[in-house]
Amino acid sequence: MGGGTNSYREIEETDVILLWGSNARETHPIFFHHLLKGVHNGARLFAVDPRRTSSVKWADTWVGLDVGTDIVVANAMGREIIARGWHDKRFIEHATSGFEDYRDAVEPFTLAEAQRLSGVPAAVIHDMAKAYATAKRAMICWTLGITEHHNGVDNVSSLINLALLTGHVGKYASGLNPLRGQNNVQGGGDMGALPDRFPGFQHVEVEAHRLKFEKAWNAPIPAKRGLNLTAMLEAMDHGELKALLVLGENPLQSEADRKHAEKVLGKLDFLVVQDLVLTPTAEMAHVVFPAAAGWCESEGTVTNSERRVQRVRRALQPPGEARDDGQILHDLAKAMGHDWGPFSAKAVWDELRSLSPVHQGMSYERLEAGGGLQWPCYDEAHPGEMFLHSRLWEVPLNGPRVAFQVVRHSPPVEPLTPEFPIRLTTGRRLDDYNTGVQTEGFASPLRRGETIDLSPEDAGALGLADGEVARVISPRGEIRAPVRLTRSLRPGLAFMTFHFQDSVNTNILTIDATDPRSGTAEFKACSIRVEKLNTAMLA
Amino acid sequence: MAEPFREPPMWFHAPPRPTRVPMPPAEASRPAVDLVVDGKAVSVPAGATLLDACAKLGLDIPTICQHPNMTPVNVCRVCVVELEGARTLVPSCSRVAESGMKVSTNSDRVRASRRMVLELLASSVDLSTAPDIQRRCAEYGARPERHGSPEPASPEGERDQRVPGHHHLPEPGIARRVAQPVKIDNDLYVRDYSKCVLCYKCVQACGDEAQNTFAISVAGRGFDARISTENAVPLTDSACVYCGNCIGVCPTGALMFKSEHDMRQAGTWDESAQKQTDTICGYCGVGCTLTLHVQDNTIVKVTSPADREITHGNLCIKGRFGYQSVQNKA
Repeated sequence: MGGGTNSYREIEETDVILLWGSNARETHPIFFHHLLKGVHNGARLFAVDPRRTSSVKWADTWVGLDVGTDIVVANAMGREIIARGWHDKRFIEHATSGFEDYRDAVEPFTLAEAQRLSGVPAAVIHDMAKAYATAKRAMICWTLGITEHHNGVDNVSSLINLALLTGHVGKYASGLNPLRGQNNVQGGGDMGALPDRFPGFQHVEVEAHRLKFEKAWNAPIPAKRGLNLTAMLEAMDHGELKALLVLGENPLQSEADRKHAEKVLGKLDFLVVQDLVLTPTAEMAHVVFPAAAGWCESEGTVTNSERRVQRVRRALQPPGEARDDGQILHDLAKAMGHDWGPFSAKAVWDELRSLSPVHQGMSYERLEAGGGLQWPCYDEAHPGEMFLHSRLWEVPLNGPRVAFQVVRHSPPVEPLTPEFPIRLTTGRRLDDYNTGVQTEGFASPLRRGETIDLSPEDAGALGLADGEVARVISPRGEIRAPVRLTRSLRPGLAFMTFHFQDSVNTNILTIDATDPRSGTAEFKACSIRVEKLNTAMLA
Repeated sequence: MAEPFREPPMWFHAPPRPTRVPMPPAEASRPAVDLVVDGKAVSVPAGATLLDACAKLGLDIPTICQHPNMTPVNVCRVCVVELEGARTLVPSCSRVAESGMKVSTNSDRVRASRRMVLELLASSVDLSTAPDIQRRCAEYGARPERHGSPEPASPEGERDQRVPGHHHLPEPGIARRVAQPVKIDNDLYVRDYSKCVLCYKCVQACGDEAQNTFAISVAGRGFDARISTENAVPLTDSACVYCGNCIGVCPTGALMFKSEHDMRQAGTWDESAQKQTDTICGYCGVGCTLTLHVQDNTIVKVTSPADREITHGNLCIKGRFGYQSVQNKA
């Protein structure tokens, strides 16, 4: 089961926090309130990020690694922890497997080697390893700085290994917490919106699960997993996937390498988009279904980063012909010859409860009553689990051992070259959201439009002034953007968002190198050069 | 490219249920404290305040600067009670209950003190959007008009320039006021310090009790004290990040959504026609509860319940103000 292992309130009472690849101060502001309570209560905060962000300003230690060297730092921590004997030998013996292989795999990652590869001083890695391993309680929280890489799954595994090594999992205020970027990313996965899962993380390739769902749905289900987004884009490119239904996504603008996304979407025989607004993807569609806004024009539930299922409710009547997403799908099914009866969010939820054991106890009545419930919640008397994996501490061990995953360092796909010497990384800002579809309408006093953020050193060397429009070029394309000087970046590192794609199309630059397992692209690392406009014209 | 991923066998099957439901470590039990309030015996856990003891007895104690999620700052003095043996009245919001205390919450002395506090506030501050305080004024028989005719409003920015150390002699028959023009320097919220009772809650919310941005503080001394940004700069030049958590705790409407301010100016603000619906924010994955205040199928204000474990009533700029994309234009 995939989900944040702890509740937000636990971070207020932990002793050491590793905030890794996350600018939560801006991207998850209310979670950061909880984190700051922890800091005020005395927790040590290590912020691992190539940029000195507004989150980093609260840290005891900024671990300013080079983009794409997370595994180097994590493996070096692991090596140091083992070498000093700070690992939890009893926990490793009791609940894990594969420790020897892990120990051998991290052996080459000496502090000196890690410093050479990542740019992080050896003493800082040592200090972070010691603080994390020897703390009574410790948590690792991460966001897209870990996952938006060509080896995002390995990055996550390297952090999980640290928790297994030190026993910082399955306990109150100790654990591993991915902060979800969207309000129902967790819920989408929980509901089976994954190529290999039914609702409740039940695998489609396990016959018992498949038979259960075939019986409930009275329909045959393919015995093999489907395609993730990356594989779907490939299948479109090869002409194997000919029709696409897109719900509330804007892949034309959100996918890395926009030109490629445009090409493959254009190859489809039939594209249907269901969205609140006519996004650029919707403009390409053959049919558009106007949808009601999930969070204020529909009934249902969403699930957050602490696995808490909460009710969303209709506060507004949707405009014009816009309708609830679920209603549209019901009608679509009917048009294709399957009458699912009248649509109701509660009926859909009750069906889910009947098929997903971890949601069984979450009746609508219980969800209505308070602040929601956390899965797993097995029956109506169950309070929901505040933190996961407590079974690992039961004696004798309850259930299977957890395996260390051997992971190797793999630098960003696109190396820096004399032609493209600057590393571009992307992210989000406090007041804007993703491709800007939802946020462009409100008058944020903080909004300053898209910029290419550069270190004063790089800008100086290029003769660029703050506010000056520059050419930004990657191997895939070129855009123009105003320069913004910021001391949060070190020389050689540049930053952009993807909030303002109608004016500055950042994803012209980004690379479509994806992790085949997660389907997530390497938005965090591509190579660029930046040029003065007039120089280019003279050339 | 990475090697083919070999799924561990357990990937296909959910792990077993833990034998026991995971729970936080048990808190040390707090010994009971027994005291007498208004002649009635009451028992509260050690560390509880007199206000907690009053609440347990169902007593209705007026408060202004108190907030359930914040450290008491003891500035409004409207929650004072009489404690037997104490020289002065004590603020019930912060005074910790002790065994054997004898407390009166409604004695003549308490009522006179509360009346004076309310009268001074009502004579100097515009309470037109603070119905709770108005109700208390009526309840305690406050007569603010006896402090004289109201002095004219200060010109724009004048109060922000006043320096400590200057003593203004009171003019007989004139009631001093904090009246001044509304500060409107951005599109999201306005600051009308004519309505500010200096409860400090916005400073706490902006500071280390919630947002930790520290864009505002109290400047000046005595009657010149006021809430200010650094050097009284406009919000757009300050550290403000427009979370609106100050608005969320303001008890008088001094801090107000611009949408509400504009509708009040236009005479279209109608709380009786508004419906409040709780839902979950559509932005990031934290899962903040939003209370949408809707009038005529339009969101006019967004708040969050103070008792929610995730938000404690706080939101960010996107959650509080980022709803324009769903406002029906049709």
